[in-house]
Parts: sequence; C-alpha cells; structure tokens
Amino acid sequence: MREVSTRSRAPRILIAGVLVVGGLAMMFPFVWTVVTSLTPGANLGSPIRLWPENPSLGAYEILFTERPFARVVMNSLMLAAITTIVQLFTSATAAYAFSRLPFRGRGIVFAVYLATMMIPLQVLIVPLFAQLRTFGLLNTYLGALLPTFATAFGIFLLRQAINQVPRELDEAATLDGAGHFRIFATIILPNIKPALATLTIFAFMGSWNSFLWPLIVLRDPNLQTLPIALSGLQGQYTTAWDVVMAGSVISVLPMLAIYLFAQKYIIQGVASSGIK
Amino acid sequence: MTSILPLTEPAIAARAATDSDDTSAHPGAPRRTARGSRARRVRYALTVLVFLLPSAIPLTLFVLTPMVSAAWISLHDWNLLSPMTFVGLDNFAGLITDPDTARVFGNTVYYIVGYLPLVYIGGLALALALNRAMRGRNLLRGIYFLPVVTSWIVVAIVWRWLLAPENGVVNGVLGFFGIDGPGWWTDPSWSMPSIILASAWKDLGFVMVILLAGLQSINTDLYDAAKVDGAGPWRRLISVTLPMLSPSTFFVVVISLINGFQVFDQVYAMTGGGPAGSSQVVVGEIYDLTFRYGSAGEASALSWMLFVVILAATVVQVIGQKRWVHYA
Repeated sequence: MREVSTRSRAPRILIAGVLVVGGLAMMFPFVWTVVTSLTPGANLGSPIRLWPENPSLGAYEILFTERPFARVVMNSLMLAAITTIVQLFTSATAAYAFSRLPFRGRGIVFAVYLATMMIPLQVLIVPLFAQLRTFGLLNTYLGALLPTFATAFGIFLLRQAINQVPRELDEAATLDGAGHFRIFATIILPNIKPALATLTIFAFMGSWNSFLWPLIVLRDPNLQTLPIALSGLQGQYTTAWDVVMAGSVISVLPMLAIYLFAQKYIIQGVASSGIK
Repeated sequence: MTSILPLTEPAIAARAATDSDDTSAHPGAPRRTARGSRARRVRYALTVLVFLLPSAIPLTLFVLTPMVSAAWISLHDWNLLSPMTFVGLDNFAGLITDPDTARVFGNTVYYIVGYLPLVYIGGLALALALNRAMRGRNLLRGIYFLPVVTSWIVVAIVWRWLLAPENGVVNGVLGFFGIDGPGWWTDPSWSMPSIILASAWKDLGFVMVILLAGLQSINTDLYDAAKVDGAGPWRRLISVTLPMLSPSTFFVVVISLINGFQVFDQVYAMTGGGPAGSSQVVVGEIYDLTFRYGSAGEASALSWMLFVVILAATVVQVIGQKRWVHYA
C-alpha cells in the first residue's frame, strides 16, 4: 500500500508544480496591468516592473470623478446581463429542437445557423447599421441588444451537451406522460448545467467585450459601454497609461466574478446520476 | 477493455439515427401511419416552431439579412458615401487575380494550422489536470481563465515585450541555453509564429472551460468498468475519456476553425499586419478595405470568398465527425 501511494505522489506533485508555475505566467499580464494602473505617469516604454513606483489610486479617482465611468460600467453590466439571459433562453430552446425534435431538413437548418458565424462582423456592420436606422433603433439600448439575442455559438454548444444526455431519460419521461416542454424543463435543462454555466460565461463576455457594434450604434455618450470608453481614454490621454490600465482592471473584474460564480456549476458528473 | 466496447457500439448506432433527417426513425417524432393523425402532426410542427422561433427570428433579421445585403454590396463599387455603381463580378475577378488575396489567405491558414493543435492539446492537458481533486483547484482554474478575459490591447503589449528581439524575456531564456532567439514580431518570417503563440496562450482557458464542462458529463460508471477490466490511467484516457469527450472536442475544433479564419484582433494589436504585410490576414484586409480605403464592395466580395472557404472547412468537419464523434 505504502509503495503505491509514494509512487503516485511524485507525478501528482510534479503536475501541481507545473500548474502553479504556469499559473504565475498566466497571471503576469494582469498583474502588470494592475501595477501600471497604480503607477502615476506610467510610461509603456520603460522596463516592465512588478511593483509600482509611488503607488497611488489616482488613476481610479480620475475614472470615476472626471469621467463618467460609473455610468459606463452600469450600461455595460445591463447590456451584458440582458444578452446573457436572452441567449440562454434562445440557445437552449433551439438546441433542444436540433437534438430532440427531428424534422425534414433539420440538417440544412442547422447548417444555416452555423453559417451565421462565418461572415466577419466587420462586413455585416454596414448593412446592419442601415437596417437599424430604418427601424429607428440607432442610439437605443434595444438597437445594441437585438443582434446579440441569438448566437449559433450558444446553440451549437448546448446542442452538443444535450446530445450527451442519455435518450433513455426522455423515453422514461415520455412513458410517464411528459410532453416535450416537460422533458425540456425537467430532464434536459437540469442535466446540462455545466454547459449552461459555460454559455453564461461566454455570452456575458461576448457582450462585455464587444466593441465594433456598440461603437457604431450607441453614439450618445450617455449610452456608451466600457470598451468604447476605454478606447476613448487612449485617444484623449495619450500618455496617461495608468488611467487606461485602471480602466482595463475595472473591465476584467466583473468578468472574473461571473467566471468564479458560474464555475461552481461546472462540476460533478450529472449524467451518471441519471442512468443506473 | 471488452466491457467498454458494447457501450460504444450502441452509441454509434444511436448517433447514426440522430443525424438522419428521416422523421420516422425517431420515437419522439409522430409516425407517418394512419394513427399519426393530421392534428397530431400539426401539433408537432407547432412544437418545433415554438422551440426554434426565439432563435430563428433574431438570426434571420440581424445576421442572415445583412449577409444577403453584403452579397448585394459585393456586386457594386461603393465607398459607403456616394451612390453604389453596379459592377457585376468585377470585385471577385479583381480579388482572385490579386496576389495579395492568396497571401492573406495563406497567412490565415498558417495561423490556424499553428494555433489549433497548440491550443487544443494545451487546453486538454489543463482541463484534465484541473479536473482532479486538488487543493486550490478553483483558484487555479480562475487564474488560467484570466487571459481569456484580459483585453487584446493589454495582452499584445505584454507579449511584444516578452518577445522583444533585443532584451525580451523569451530571447533572454533562449540565450541562457545558448540559442540565438529570432526577431519575433519584428521579423517577417517570425511574425505569424509570434501571433500564434500569444493567441494559443490567451485561449488556453477558453478550451479548458469547454472541455471541463464536457468532462463533467462523462458517466463515471465507465471508469469503474474500465478499472474492473484492469485499465490503467493512460488506457482510461484513450479508451474512455477521449471518446466520451469527442462531442466537446468537435465543438472546439469547429468553433476554432470558424473563429480562426476570422482572426483579427490579435493581429491588429500585435503587428498591425506587418512587418511588410507578413502577418496580414483576411479579416485585416477586409477591415482595411472597408474603413481605410472606403472600398465596401471589395470588402464584401472578400468576405463572401472567406465565407465559402469557412463553409467548406466546416462541412468537411461535419462529415468527418461521423468517424470519431460519439454521442451518448
């Protein structure tokens, strides 16, 4: 017994060591961002330091007093929250159809869904802009939101997950008299929690980081989102890198919070509890 | 191992049934027999619509319609301001004969070929390592996810510094081992590898998260069965984990291909397509055509060429999946 445990401990410690060293490397750009944000008059040309010279929170103060960052963060949070909730709904329903509701031409419809990911946004933006102008949706939150309501990414992600749920579970529920809506709500959704949590992270992130579309639709400064306000800082304060980096830190923190929250649901083998 | 095999064969059979569009093969679909009454069929069709419309409506209005518009624009000479002039297929003809087109497509494919194996193998190793019970696991997962949420502007600055030819960290380490490091992003033949390295590093956490979710849906009974059969850890990885993870792997490969063909942000932030156009990619060219040269017609034409390439690559993946993707 003892021999076995010492033999398996060595590789385990090695893996842990590699993970920690790798982790430090992964953290490095973020740490540097924080350090730069705390360094008044930071200069990107100077060598990278891991401790700020004369640390100060001045950059953060500038963001929230001289610039409308509180408002900007609220705008971004609201848009990201709505996008995430709507996308979870549209993705789960469509994924259920593509996994569990066969119909003639389903393969083709799914291919068309996937095809919506294959044209670069840089080109769609011109006609989309004209379209929203005719609907009178420029400079409205709704205009920024509508194109984000459904994504093939989310549908595809959840379809893969639903395909993994054993069909025996549906069949058992059908025998109990459950229809598709009941199966969807009581069998499928609880069994794809890890995928739903994953989609929550990516839907939120997609909205939170999106740049080009909000830049074009939301011209009113009151409606501005975080990435656009950040790029605005770079224009106006060409040398104030501490302010830009403070903005970057603020932009990373909510994402990290969402990740840590959603991660709790990316656990445990759900499928194993379903079938014997 | 024998007890694993009977489990995978029905899985393949079930999959074959899933992917056909023949409705009669499914227990969930109404049968086309005398008993499958008209009313029942209508109700089934309505059910399908209720599940599909919430996504179909926004996708049609806000993606498919602009895609068709872009196709229409691609047949015109248009600078976004003056009226459009119809030029037929001239934009396509011009692009096909332009050597720059082949170069930007070549660079994009170079990116995918370098990036995909790196990010998948790295992400898989991470997911496997961070799936086992260990202290600080959640913290480590969070740390490996940090680069995914860090903006490309920041990542590019740091990576340019790491890969600086003269006093960069990477060349410093290489020099320690007596290797004369390359000029990285300042050298035309090393600019793409620099972008590939930084991108794979940044996206490791993305692949990790998707594969972690996939690992959770593997039935743990399979591992017990494999252990009973005397399968060691390596054998369990090859015979249980990888086949059962194949739907997630398929997702990562398809999404990475689709996104890889549209690689742009990192190129824009790290090299701006340089030096000497050595890292210019298709979407970089599309961006320049639209916003720098005001040539929306050509940009749309190039987008549609890119679309056809991505579609072809995806179709190959979807057909190929039947050989290696196993669903429950």
